[in-house]
Amino acid sequence: MIHALVTAQSVIAAPANDYGLALPEIIMLSAICAILIIDLFVSQNKRIITYLLTQATLIGLAIYTIHYILHISTATEYTFNDSFIRDFKGDVLKIAIYIICFLVFLYSKDYLRERRLFKGEYFVIGLFGVLGMMIMVSAASMLILYLGLEVMSLSLYAMVAFNRKSSVASEAAMKYFVLGAIASGMLLYGISIIYGVTGHIGIGEISSYLGELAKSKTTMPLSLVFGLVFILIGIAFKLGAVPFHMWVPDIYHGAPTSVTLYIGTITKIAAFAMVVRLLVDGLGPMHKEWTQILVVLSLLSLAVGNIVAIAQTNIKRMLAYSTISHIGFLLLGFIAANENGYSASMFYVITYAIIAAAAFGLIILFSRKGFESDNLNDFKGLNERHPWYAFMMLIVMFSLAGVPPTVGFFAKLHVLQALIKADIGLTWLAIVAVSFAIIGAFYYIRVIKLMYFDKPVTEDNTPITAGADMHIVLSVNCLLALGLGLFPGALIYLCSLVFTPAV
Amino acid sequence: MTGIGLQECLFLAALLFCISIAGIFINRKNLIVLLMCIELMLLAINLNFIAFSYFSATISGQIFVFFILTVAAAEAAIGLAILVTLYRNRQTINVADLDEMKG
Amino acid sequence: MLENYLPVLIFLVVGVGLGVGLMFVGFVISPKKPDSEKLSTYECGFEAFEDSRVTFNIRYYLVAILFILFDLEIAFMFPWAVVMGKLGWFGLISMTIFLGILVIGFIYEWKKGALEWE
Repeated sequence: MIHALVTAQSVIAAPANDYGLALPEIIMLSAICAILIIDLFVSQNKRIITYLLTQATLIGLAIYTIHYILHISTATEYTFNDSFIRDFKGDVLKIAIYIICFLVFLYSKDYLRERRLFKGEYFVIGLFGVLGMMIMVSAASMLILYLGLEVMSLSLYAMVAFNRKSSVASEAAMKYFVLGAIASGMLLYGISIIYGVTGHIGIGEISSYLGELAKSKTTMPLSLVFGLVFILIGIAFKLGAVPFHMWVPDIYHGAPTSVTLYIGTITKIAAFAMVVRLLVDGLGPMHKEWTQILVVLSLLSLAVGNIVAIAQTNIKRMLAYSTISHIGFLLLGFIAANENGYSASMFYVITYAIIAAAAFGLIILFSRKGFESDNLNDFKGLNERHPWYAFMMLIVMFSLAGVPPTVGFFAKLHVLQALIKADIGLTWLAIVAVSFAIIGAFYYIRVIKLMYFDKPVTEDNTPITAGADMHIVLSVNCLLALGLGLFPGALIYLCSLVFTPAV
Repeated sequence: MTGIGLQECLFLAALLFCISIAGIFINRKNLIVLLMCIELMLLAINLNFIAFSYFSATISGQIFVFFILTVAAAEAAIGLAILVTLYRNRQTINVADLDEMKG
Repeated sequence: MLENYLPVLIFLVVGVGLGVGLMFVGFVISPKKPDSEKLSTYECGFEAFEDSRVTFNIRYYLVAILFILFDLEIAFMFPWAVVMGKLGWFGLISMTIFLGILVIGFIYEWKKGALEWE
């Protein structure tokens, strides 16, 4: 006991760490503090300053990280006594998070203004969420991973409840809070058992301990499997995989659309990073055990997500079930349990986040003060009112459904290819996934039918009340679904590159 | 220190954990009780960490506990804040009344 | 392979069983002979003077929450203070940064008027 204390102290007293590796996180935290203070001294009609500073932070960090991987280093390095990792895949995921968060805030700006929610705190909490995601992406210790997860989750709870006057939003926030807290609890219980068995909380140390164990034994000890199950329950809750998906539709429905946009896009990338760090980097030697559970989660998610979505009349709720089914697809890459599968999943999650940002962005675009535009009926006859955006919605829906030549098709294709190539006797799962994707195509195409072939319910010719910046960026975002589908090579190459072991 | 080993500690922690989970799912009356159950869950986990840390003579489990305590406080603060907004909107904190959204 | 999850199943069964069982036992073995006197809030003693749910000022709640958040820093400061001498400048700078972040939170709540009683 005392011995352990002494060694721990000598580690702290002799820090030979390069803290510069955590520069993005340090910049982010400093920027958040600065923005919080500046916002206090800015009057309401100049609130745009807070918004601009937020966006500048995100863009600056994106440029810095791109510069870092292009010109400085893509090597895997550790700092903070091996509890913080900076590697290539982490940097790529962070760039995706910055850019998509930039889009999210840009789309939210007018929405928030019209609803008197345009407050500095919104952006500060949003940035705190991004900080949590960055920490999760860079975690090399269970403790850091948990802290990152909590920073993100606590920000999300607050964001869902941001519209204090809305009864639905506060109900959604309460549900999200309770279920999220249970999920964190499950995850922590699993972590505590893994810590008890291995004696480590460092992800690398756990992995090497388990690697040694896997060499000497054919099956893992029961206690480890026990811990693993709890960790998987926690992960499934956070991802929103069936049967732990109860919160997803309610939160997507109840939260303000701008927050749904935030939750539906970048948190998925962070959740992907969490799965990579925990299951692949940490519990990789136990992949025989966790793939079995992921098969069940994935199968159920595909089934429930695609079938229940058909019955929805609210488009936010429909997209929530759509997310669940996409999570099912995402897990297929992890079931393959090789580099090929992980990179396919990474391509899937990044493209999904881009398309989902476009989908929710379009819902925000059509909404205005007193009209949320979140019923499927609101989309009837959209082609007559806004032909250009009806076309954009068409691209996005095709991409979500996975119709070629949109990017959604290639994302699904790569995941399925990786699963079949892994040759682990799960070809049947790939076939089931495809059949559910075809069932799922029904409700996406229904939206297109409503837009193009149905008469509008009300004679409503109110023009769209959005700024030029939103029109341009959103159109580019939607066209990206088509562009990435026609030229997917670069992103696929990048995703496979980050999972290639360094030589 | 007679007779209290790792097993006993883990059993107690598991018991507390089960009680908190059962409390969350059985309780249909009051959201405050729900928050207390969440707190109990985190404390059960803390007990687990401390037991492991003590019996394996590694310090990292105890460090983990510090951070869980802090996070638990932050979580309680957020939870109570959401509770207050909910009460202001609904005039009730009954769990069974959280049913405005369905489908 | 599947039998490996048996402990999880047992864990769940014991967890659910214990919870349900105890409530059931209480329900079954407790004698039930209610009368109006017994059902009243205070069976022996005074009638309640007023409703036990006294409305109290919302500000207490705010102060309590702020107290929880700022109170917890002691969980970090106490161990830090004990080994302060061995940590040297590194420890001092770390704690300064930590407190600096807390001070920013403090400035925020002050400026927002969360500390004003009237």
